[in-house]
Amino acid sequence: MIIQRHVSSSRAPAGSPPVLEAIGVTKRFGGFVALDGVDFSMAPGERVALIGPNGSGKSTFVNCLSGALTPEAGSVRFEGKLVTGMPPWQRARAGLVRSFQIPRPFRRLSVIENIEVPLNFALAEPPPGGNARRALDILESIGLGAKAYGSPKDLSQVELRKLELGRALAANPRLLIADEAMAGLSDSEVDEIVDLLERLNAQGIAIILIEHIMRAVMRFSERIIVLVAGRKIADGLPGEVMRQEEVERAYLGQ
Amino acid sequence: MTVASSHLIAPSARRTPRAFSLPVLLVGVAIVALELFVGGSVGEYYLLLAYVILQYLVVATGWNILGGYAGYVNFGTAAFFAVGCYTTIALQKLANVPLPISILAAGVVAGLLGLATGYLTLRLRGVFFSIATLALAVVLQTLIINWSFVGGARGTYVLRPDPIAPFTTYVQYLLVLMTVLAVASVLIAIAVERSWIGMGLAAIRDDELAAEASGVPGLRLKLIATTLCGALMGMAGAPFPYFITYVEPASAFSLAIAVNAIAMPLIGGTATWWGPVVGTVLLGTTQQVLTVTISSAANLLIVGILLVVFVTAAPTGVVGLVRGMRGGRR
Repeated sequence: MIIQRHVSSSRAPAGSPPVLEAIGVTKRFGGFVALDGVDFSMAPGERVALIGPNGSGKSTFVNCLSGALTPEAGSVRFEGKLVTGMPPWQRARAGLVRSFQIPRPFRRLSVIENIEVPLNFALAEPPPGGNARRALDILESIGLGAKAYGSPKDLSQVELRKLELGRALAANPRLLIADEAMAGLSDSEVDEIVDLLERLNAQGIAIILIEHIMRAVMRFSERIIVLVAGRKIADGLPGEVMRQEEVERAYLGQ
Repeated sequence: MTVASSHLIAPSARRTPRAFSLPVLLVGVAIVALELFVGGSVGEYYLLLAYVILQYLVVATGWNILGGYAGYVNFGTAAFFAVGCYTTIALQKLANVPLPISILAAGVVAGLLGLATGYLTLRLRGVFFSIATLALAVVLQTLIINWSFVGGARGTYVLRPDPIAPFTTYVQYLLVLMTVLAVASVLIAIAVERSWIGMGLAAIRDDELAAEASGVPGLRLKLIATTLCGALMGMAGAPFPYFITYVEPASAFSLAIAVNAIAMPLIGGTATWWGPVVGTVLLGTTQQVLTVTISSAANLLIVGILLVVFVTAAPTGVVGLVRGMRGGRR
């Protein structure tokens, strides 16, 4: 049984046009069906967690949404505009931004230049006060102000995750897809990242959180969708979804 | 294959310099003036020597725009150089076109070749891109060998016209042309490096996927880089027929050109425009000295050894070493 329930967030009354709408997204790799007709819709400013066991198609779905992969069937709309075949850089410019599971900083640029790349390329017009000013503001807001002129090589794991989010933030997103932003972090570090995501969300950015750490998922999300073997098996309020039998089976075995 | 560069970021790098470099232009004007002034009175050997070094400066600077800034290693330099060279020969045989116009035409032809190569191969990354460029050189060489209009496998003689005033010899004229090209190519490299194009290419070099996710139009920027790279290499090859006076495919597609185009930026340092300049002057001079003192065959051997030494011991090149020393003192 699939629980289909749309939870409207406080900032987006029910009935407002979705920020993201994916219909029947299907992706095959050879004979393997990685995604099998996944439908997914999201209101502006919503906080959604995408969970599922390893190999369930979470990353493939993220790649289809962000443009790294093109689905064989189905459509993706961002703010009403069809983006199914659009390259990633155009989606980033439109406001659909993702961060990577394994941090991928520009290693030979300084920390602040890492932020300046999206400021230069993803924004329609330069930020007021200039790129350098805005980059410093972003770095300070994510707690990396003191390391602005250093190299990303000298950052710790949690700092790299923050830089990854800061770079996504610089692109001025209306939807941020955070792909396992906390894997491998300690409890207090997980809290730091969740705090950061909550602050971004408070600015009106809708966030999809792909995560295995259930504590973070339960604390952060307003809605959970569960992928198992390329299929969406649940979509609803966190408490309800986690009580569902199928979800339990997928996670804990029978 | 990626090309290493310095990870030491000096705070001074924060001052965003202007895209146009007046000092480089002034130095260029001074060199041209010097060549015009003393070029008639020194031995021709020195003019030829300076010509060869400047020719490699253009080639190395062009290579670095794609190889150094964007991290796409081009093994096909000789193809672009030869296309420039044979553009001049074809135009000369067709209509006796004057050399400066041939140089511009060579830039256009080789630039278009760069654009086409980029479009066809840039979905290939890393070492696969490099192999494709190597194949390009082989294909083009085969085409030229079978094109008898430009000499085919036999080669062709090119007669130097009489020098026009104010030049006393044709070699002096060639040298001044090549100096102008060298200054122009360095100015182009500086403009690319300091503009949004340079920042985008640097992001692509470090992580192409992350660059695209940050809004960098990867394919478009890479096509700009391959076009510029091809055009500069082609222009460097355009005066070559008049320099050597007898052109056959083996000399136009010489391995030395491809090897030097990679070795000079790597030894100098690939992250900045002055890396290839330093590398060219160092390696170019060394090669010429060795040619005179030991043998011309020792050339490539020395280049190879130096390349191995630098790649293993100082992957950031001379630029990286200098920055490291400065950073250590601070």
